[in-house]
Amino acid sequence: MGDSWIAREISLSPRIVFPNKILPYLLVAPQLAITLVFFYWPAGQALYQSMLRQDPFGLRTRFVWFANFRKVLADPAYLNSIHVTVVFSLATAIVAMGVALLLAVMVEKAVRGKGLYRTLLIWPYAVAPAIAGMLWLFLFNPSIGSLAYLLRSLGIAWDPLLNGTHAMILLVSAAAWKQISYNFLFFVAGLQAVPKTLIEAAAMDGAGETKRFWTIVFPLLAPTTFFLLVVNTVYALFDTFGIVHAVTGGGPGKTTETLVYKVYNDGFVNLILGDSAAQSVILMAIVIALTAIQFRYVERKVHYG
Amino acid sequence: MKFFGFAAGVAATLTLLSTTSAFAVTQISWWHAMTGANAEVVDKISKDFNASQSDYELVPVFKGTYPETLNAGIAAFRAGQAPDILQVFDVGTGVMMAAEGAIKPVAEVMTGAGMTFDKSQYLPGIVGYYSKPDGTMLSFPYNSSSPILYYNKDIFQKAGLDVNNPPKTWNEVWEAAKKIKASGAASCGYTSTWLTWIHLENFAAWNDVPWATQQNGLAGGDVELKINAPIFVNHFQALTDLAKDGTFKYGGRTSEAKQIFLAGECGIFTESSGGLGDIVKSGMNYGIGQLPYDTDAKGAPQNTTPGGASLWVFGNKSDEQYKGVATFFAYLSKTDVQEYLHQKSGYLPVTLAAYEATKKSGFYDKNPGRETPILQMTGKAPTDNSKGVRLPNLPQVRDIQNEEFEKMLAGQQTAQQALDNAVTRGNAAIEEALEN
Repeated sequence: MGDSWIAREISLSPRIVFPNKILPYLLVAPQLAITLVFFYWPAGQALYQSMLRQDPFGLRTRFVWFANFRKVLADPAYLNSIHVTVVFSLATAIVAMGVALLLAVMVEKAVRGKGLYRTLLIWPYAVAPAIAGMLWLFLFNPSIGSLAYLLRSLGIAWDPLLNGTHAMILLVSAAAWKQISYNFLFFVAGLQAVPKTLIEAAAMDGAGETKRFWTIVFPLLAPTTFFLLVVNTVYALFDTFGIVHAVTGGGPGKTTETLVYKVYNDGFVNLILGDSAAQSVILMAIVIALTAIQFRYVERKVHYG
Repeated sequence: MKFFGFAAGVAATLTLLSTTSAFAVTQISWWHAMTGANAEVVDKISKDFNASQSDYELVPVFKGTYPETLNAGIAAFRAGQAPDILQVFDVGTGVMMAAEGAIKPVAEVMTGAGMTFDKSQYLPGIVGYYSKPDGTMLSFPYNSSSPILYYNKDIFQKAGLDVNNPPKTWNEVWEAAKKIKASGAASCGYTSTWLTWIHLENFAAWNDVPWATQQNGLAGGDVELKINAPIFVNHFQALTDLAKDGTFKYGGRTSEAKQIFLAGECGIFTESSGGLGDIVKSGMNYGIGQLPYDTDAKGAPQNTTPGGASLWVFGNKSDEQYKGVATFFAYLSKTDVQEYLHQKSGYLPVTLAAYEATKKSGFYDKNPGRETPILQMTGKAPTDNSKGVRLPNLPQVRDIQNEEFEKMLAGQQTAQQALDNAVTRGNAAIEEALEN
């Protein structure tokens, strides 16, 4: 029955009009319910909580309007956290995308065993962020890490526990490593879409390998690169809590305390719920802005394929 | 079909039976954060308690790390689903105390259930820490520890130091550490876990100097940190100077430095007495000494303050549940239970009787060093400076101190600057926490 009326509608009119007024709403109801319960309700709670000052147990509550926001935005630690996040996100995105592109180009050139290389390079994506963090922590642990030993024998005083730059390098390595596989996959697909004829024509005109890459391949990869830039930035901003938690815990000092980690630390360790909620509302605004940028500019201006 | 009908009937009867028995027994929930050998102790104690009587059933539930357990308890309270008993680590004590409407003091739980509760039977240093200024005991000390000094005897031998005579003062530690480094016996002389707990909170108590005003926050009210006094500055400057050439090696904010000591990198190590298990397990030729004190301090050594965790009872429960909790605490105070807990877990016994019994059993003769943390904590009657520290936001204040220490050890600031910053930022955070 259901099939027949849909078929009739399709055959009769170019636009599909559901004859039943309730059924469509019923069909989207589960999705709407999930969105309401898991997205709008918590977001509303966060917004409400961000205007409260409360003790951890919720025994004493004061409504303070935007005082928490004013406090957070005037806090040098928060401004430092913004700085840390920008450095961390950019470094992670650049390293993750640069290495992935290099690997993808290399694999494309391989004559034999392309499939094997690809599979092996995609594997790390299956590793959970916290586990990736622990792996790197062990490798670079000043006492027991094998890579730390190597660095020290090269005469580098490797100390991510006290040296903020070292800690940041460690964090970026772990976060980028985790994302390389994902980027690799997209770059491989992007490279395959580059028409061979263009490259061959350029080769015949005498363009060298480097020239061909920068003037033909790279511009044609632009849609992939833009897409990955947004995805990687969002990943570095919001998806790296596990790595920060496992590797540095925000230290030394506050040199690796990202915005997301600060929300956790202020809310769940220091139990300052109002500040933490205000920070998560600010983060929410950032996500909305990023998504808007992606839809408005990236999706429109970059032509796919 | 007939068979199914029969099975359903049996199932229904069984359900009915089990429900009736559940009604007769009052369940007492206990959320804890114990892992490994200590989790086995929790399970054994619970099982034994349940077997010892038939009115109550104690149900222990593991809730993650200490901070996670505290958060789970707070979240559950906010949702109206608080457990009966919650294990809260020392640092969370101030948080719980500030929540007067949420908890019920252990002293009231005991007397309310008609039990006699004699505070004098418990180790005074521990009980004092978990009591209100007026002496009312608020939580039940379950696992208490104290920082002590460990040293690697093989490294001491190689460096030409006396293996039977560990350093007693901080100056002796610095000298021994330099000798270890200079002689090449090890790549580092000294390392320590928990700089905040050992080098600030216990340092203050052990040397009988104030960590903060208002009896280190125990008397309540507006608390101001006093950790930038000269004795602290000198201590941390010495530590910073030693860190420059690696004679002192920083391991991290909590107990990460244990790895460094276990790897044989450093010769001397300060850490909680609760960390003994791992050192024994490593097979190291180790020795134990008292926590070092500062020779500039007049009253030193005074006494150390307890770390570890205590059991808190939530408010708004039925009388029957409180009776169950009181019965359990009375059971937990029994000498044989305390003896088991102390000898198995490495934490301190809570009652004097259990301590005496362990002493008589010859346990300390066989396990030298196990008595050191008890002697440290009970050697002298605690002063206003040595009953422990308490703030509504101690985790945050410790974070601030750690951040400043890390900048200091990285050579970005002097000890004076680090401690001044820690005081300014800490006081601001305390003031704000009190406002809430």
